[in-house]
Amino acid sequence: MNQNFHPFVIPFMLGVIFLVIVMIVRLVRWFRMMDKRQRVAVSRNIISFKTLKAIWETIRESLFHRNIFKTNFVLGYMHFCFAFGWLMLIVMGKVEEIFASGKIFTEPWLGIFFKYFEPIGEHYPLQGFFAFVMDLLLLFVLSGLILAFIKRSRSTILGLRKTTNHSPIDRTALTALWLIFPLRLFSESITASYKGNGGFLTQTIGNWLSVLPVETIELPAWWAYSIALCVFFALMPFTRYMHIFTEVLLIFLRKWKVVESAEKTGYTFIELYSCSRCGICIDTCQINSAANINNTQAVYFIRDVREEQLQDEIADNCLMCNRCTNACPVGIEQTQIRRIYRRKKGFDSEKLYDYIKPEAPKDAQAKVLYFAGCMSHLTPGIITAMKQILDNAKIDYHFLDEDKSICCGRPLKQQGFLEQANALMRKNSELINNAGGTVLVTSCPICYNSFAKDYNLSIPVMHHSQYIEQLLNEGKLKVSKKKELRIAYHDPCEISRGHNIYESPRNIITKVGELIPAGNEKDDSLCCGGSLANTIINPEQLTAIRNQTLDTLCINHPDILATSCPLCKKSFQRGGNTIKVMDIAELIALD
Amino acid sequence: MINFGYTLNKSGAINLVEADLSLYNDLMKKVPSFARCIGCGGCAATCAARQHTDFSVLKCNMLIRRGEYDTLSKELNKCMLCGKCSLVCPRNVNTRAMIIQARLLVNSFSKR
Amino acid sequence: MNIVDCIIIGGGPAGMEAANRLTDQGFQVLLFEKEPELGGKLRQWDKLFPDFTLAQDILKMLNDNIASNKLEIKTGNTIRELRQSTDEGNSKEWEVIDGNGESHRARTVLITTGFDFFDATRKEEYGYGIYPNVITSVELEEQLKNGKIEIASNSKNDPNIAFIQCVGSRDEKVGNHYCSRNCCICAVKQAIEVKELLPQSEVTCYYMDLRMFGQSYEELYRKAQQEFRVNFIRGRVSEISPTLENRVILKAEDTLLSRPIRATVDLVVLMVGMEPSETTAQLSKSLNMSDPYGYIASKNSYTADNETQHKGLFVAGTAKRQLAIPDVIRDADAAAFTIAKHLKNGK
Repeated sequence: MNQNFHPFVIPFMLGVIFLVIVMIVRLVRWFRMMDKRQRVAVSRNIISFKTLKAIWETIRESLFHRNIFKTNFVLGYMHFCFAFGWLMLIVMGKVEEIFASGKIFTEPWLGIFFKYFEPIGEHYPLQGFFAFVMDLLLLFVLSGLILAFIKRSRSTILGLRKTTNHSPIDRTALTALWLIFPLRLFSESITASYKGNGGFLTQTIGNWLSVLPVETIELPAWWAYSIALCVFFALMPFTRYMHIFTEVLLIFLRKWKVVESAEKTGYTFIELYSCSRCGICIDTCQINSAANINNTQAVYFIRDVREEQLQDEIADNCLMCNRCTNACPVGIEQTQIRRIYRRKKGFDSEKLYDYIKPEAPKDAQAKVLYFAGCMSHLTPGIITAMKQILDNAKIDYHFLDEDKSICCGRPLKQQGFLEQANALMRKNSELINNAGGTVLVTSCPICYNSFAKDYNLSIPVMHHSQYIEQLLNEGKLKVSKKKELRIAYHDPCEISRGHNIYESPRNIITKVGELIPAGNEKDDSLCCGGSLANTIINPEQLTAIRNQTLDTLCINHPDILATSCPLCKKSFQRGGNTIKVMDIAELIALD
Repeated sequence: MINFGYTLNKSGAINLVEADLSLYNDLMKKVPSFARCIGCGGCAATCAARQHTDFSVLKCNMLIRRGEYDTLSKELNKCMLCGKCSLVCPRNVNTRAMIIQARLLVNSFSKR
Repeated sequence: MNIVDCIIIGGGPAGMEAANRLTDQGFQVLLFEKEPELGGKLRQWDKLFPDFTLAQDILKMLNDNIASNKLEIKTGNTIRELRQSTDEGNSKEWEVIDGNGESHRARTVLITTGFDFFDATRKEEYGYGIYPNVITSVELEEQLKNGKIEIASNSKNDPNIAFIQCVGSRDEKVGNHYCSRNCCICAVKQAIEVKELLPQSEVTCYYMDLRMFGQSYEELYRKAQQEFRVNFIRGRVSEISPTLENRVILKAEDTLLSRPIRATVDLVVLMVGMEPSETTAQLSKSLNMSDPYGYIASKNSYTADNETQHKGLFVAGTAKRQLAIPDVIRDADAAAFTIAKHLKNGK
C-alpha cells in the first residue's frame, strides 16, 4: 500500500469533493441568473485594476475581518483566528509537505494529515521551524475556538445582547467545526508521542499522553479528525458557513460594480448566502430593542428567504432605516433585498396616474422649483417657513405642489409596487421638466432620496437643508443673531444613511443657536418610528420606537429638538412628547 | 327570453344578509385596526389622490364592509400610498396596510 | 401645629363649592389656588351652555358664599407636595407642602385641580400659531366676552367662519382617546353667539359625531340649525392651508355625500378638548392613582366616585374626567358630603 495513503483520509476527501461540486453548481447557477447589466459589469471589469482592489479587500475583510474588529474587537479576533489561522494551517501544511517531499504536486490530503504520514527519522530543511509554526497556528485557532464557545454560552461577555438561534443543521455543522481543531491537536499529539515530530504544543501534550496506549488510540483519533472535516465540508453549503466562500465572491462582484437589480438575480443569492448570521443586525434594530419583536431582523429575514419559508409579515416588518446595513460586517444590502421580496406583481399600472396633469407655470419660468412633499402639507410650519425664507432671500420660485400634493413614488416602491412607482415617477418627471427651473428644492427627505436616486431629472435636486445652507453661505439669507437656544438635531434616515447629509443641517443650527450633542448621531442615528416602509407595527410599538429615539436625542436636555423631515416631526409630535420640535427651516425663519 | 312586457330591476339596496363578506373578514384578520374606523373622512380629506380623482379611502373601506367589491379593484389602484391618511386618522387605523392588503386580496379573489 | 379638617387643592368651581359645603357644616377648611383669584376656568368664560347663563353669575354665587363663610384661602400658591403624614406612626393625616415650603396638615384632602385646554399647536396641520385666523374656542370666548369678533383676513365679503370639532379629543394621534364631552354643545352655543354678533356671516361646524347628551343640548342644536342657519357638516378637517388674501382653505370630506369639500374661510375656531391640568397629572402620578391619561382615578366610579384608593384623600370635578359646570358643582356637593361622613366617623 502507498505509504502516503490510509483509508481514514477518505471521509475528508469525500467531503471536499462534495463541497467543490456543490460550489461549482451554485456558481454556475448564480452567474446564469444574473441579469444582463450585471454580466456586462463583470465582463467589463474583470480584467482591470478593480480585481486587484478586490483581492486586497478580500485579504482585509475575509482574512483579517477589519470591519468586525471595528464594531467589536473580541468578535473580530475570534473571526480572525478562524479565518486567518485555518487558512495558514492549510497553506503552511502544504509548504511543509513540499519541503519534506521535495515535490510540488502530491496527494491533496498530505498537507492536512502531514504529521501522520511524516516519515520517522527523515530530515528536511526548516523541520523544527515548521513544527513550531504549525503548533503556533493551531494554538491561535484554538484561542478563537474558546472565544466562540464563550460567545455561544454567554453572548453578553462579547458585547452582544442577542445572538441568533441555530437550526439543527447549523448546530451539527457548528459541532463539527468545533471538534476539528481539538481533534487535530489530539491526533497530532498522539502521533508525536511516539514519532517525536511535534512542536512545542503537540510534543508536550504528546509526552503527557504517552502513558496511554498510543498505538491503539492513534488511528481512531485520525479517523475522527477526518470525519469531523467531512461532516463540516459536506454541510457547509447548507449552513451559515457558506458565507466563508460567498463573501469573497461578493467582494469581487462589488468591486466589479455589479449592483442589485429590482428583480431577484444571481447577485441577490450571492448576497443572501454571504450572511454569516453573526446577529449584529439584531442589536441595531429598533424593532427588536424598542418594539420587542424578534423574528423580523435582517438575519432572520435572510434565513427565511434561504429556507424558502418567508412570510409577508416578516418581509413587511422593517423600517428600512438602514441601520443594520450600516452595521453589517459583510455590507449586505438587506433593504434592497427586502424590496425585491416585497414585489407585488399583476397589478394594473397603465394609465393609472393619468389624473396627474403636468402643466407649466403660467408666468415666466421660475429659477427654483420648490416641492414640499405630501407630508409637509400636514406640517404647515415647514411650508410657511420655507416660503418666508425664499421670499426673504428674494428667490424667484415656483411652488410645484402647493395646491395639490403628489407623491414622489418612493412609498409605492418600498412596498413592492414597482410598475406603479415607475408610472408615477414618469408623470412626476414630466411635471418637473415642464416646469423648467434650474434647481429642485424639496423639504421631504423621502422625496429627496427618490428624486436624487430613482429619477433621471435634468436639473439638480437639493434637500432644503442644503439649499438653506447655500443661501446662508451666499449671503442671500442673513441670520441676525444667535439665540440662547440649546438645540439637538435628529438625522432623518432617508438623508443621513441614505445620502450622508450630516453637516448642512448642523451648520444651519449653529448659526441660530447652540448645537448640543445627542445620544445616537449621524450614521448611528435612530429612526423616529414613522417610517412609511413599515406597515406592520401597531401604534403602541411605533410610539415605543419613537420614545427610544426621543430619549437618546434628549440626553443633554435641549430646549428644542430640530429635524429636517416632516414625517419625523409628525412622529415626534405624537402623544406623550413634551419637547418642542422644529424643522431647521422654522429655526431660520424664527429670526 | 320571454318578454313579459316589464322587467325586474335588481334592487339597489345593500343586502347585508346575502352580502359576501369574505374579503372583509380576511382583511380584518390582516389589518385588525381596520375595524376601528368611525368614518370621519379625515383620510379622504387629506388624500393626495383624492385631490385629483374621486378616489376615497373611506369609500373603499365602506365598500369592503358592505361586501360591495365590484368597483373596488379599480378604486384601490388609484392610491399612491403616500401615507398622509395614516398620519391624520384619529383612530390610528393602519390605512396604508388596509389598502395594500385589500389590493392583494381583491387580486387573489378575482383569480379564484 | 394646627391640623385642619380638610385641605382643598384647587379653587375652581369644584373647590369653591366643596369649601362652602364643608364650612357650612362647621368644618375647618384650607383652600389652595395657584392663580391670584378663585374661579378657575369659569373666569375665562362669558356665557354657559345650554341656556346662556352668565358665567360671572355662577362665579358671584360661589364667591358670595365663600365671603360669608369662615375659611382660610391661599391664592397664588402652587402646592409642591402632597403626602401622607409620616411621623407619630399614625398615617391618618395628610401633609401639604405649599409653594413657600410651608407644611400644612389636615385630616382629609380634596383634590379639585381640574383640567387644562388642549394645546392646539400640537395639531400642526390645523396651523394654530402659524395662521393668524386660526384661533381656539377659548380665544373666541374671550372675544365674545368683549363683544367683538376679530377677523384677520382682508376679505371684504361677509365672513365665513368654521368651527372644527374634536381638536385634541377622540384623537389617538395626540394620545387622547376620550371624548371631552363639552366641545360639541359649546360649539353650538358659540356658533349661535357668532351669528348674533355677525348676522351676515356664514357659520359652518365640521364634526365627526355630534354628541348632544345633556339636558336641553339637543334643543339648542335644533335652534342653531333652524333659527341661526348654522351649517353642520359631517367630516373631519384634515388640513388647513393659507390663501393669498390672508384667508385659509380647509380640506374636509363630506362623508354624507362622499365628496371632498374645500372651503375658503376667514376664521377657524378649534374646539380644543380637555386634558388633565399639570397639577392633576402630577398628583395622579405621584400618588399612583392615574388613569391612562393622567386624570385621577376614583375608587369606584359607581359607588365611591369621590374617594381615591388612599384613605382620607378625595377627588371632585374635572380632575377625574370631563364634566360640565352643573356636574362639577353637584360632584363637589357629593364630595363634601362624603368628606363630612369620613370626618365624623373618624371622631
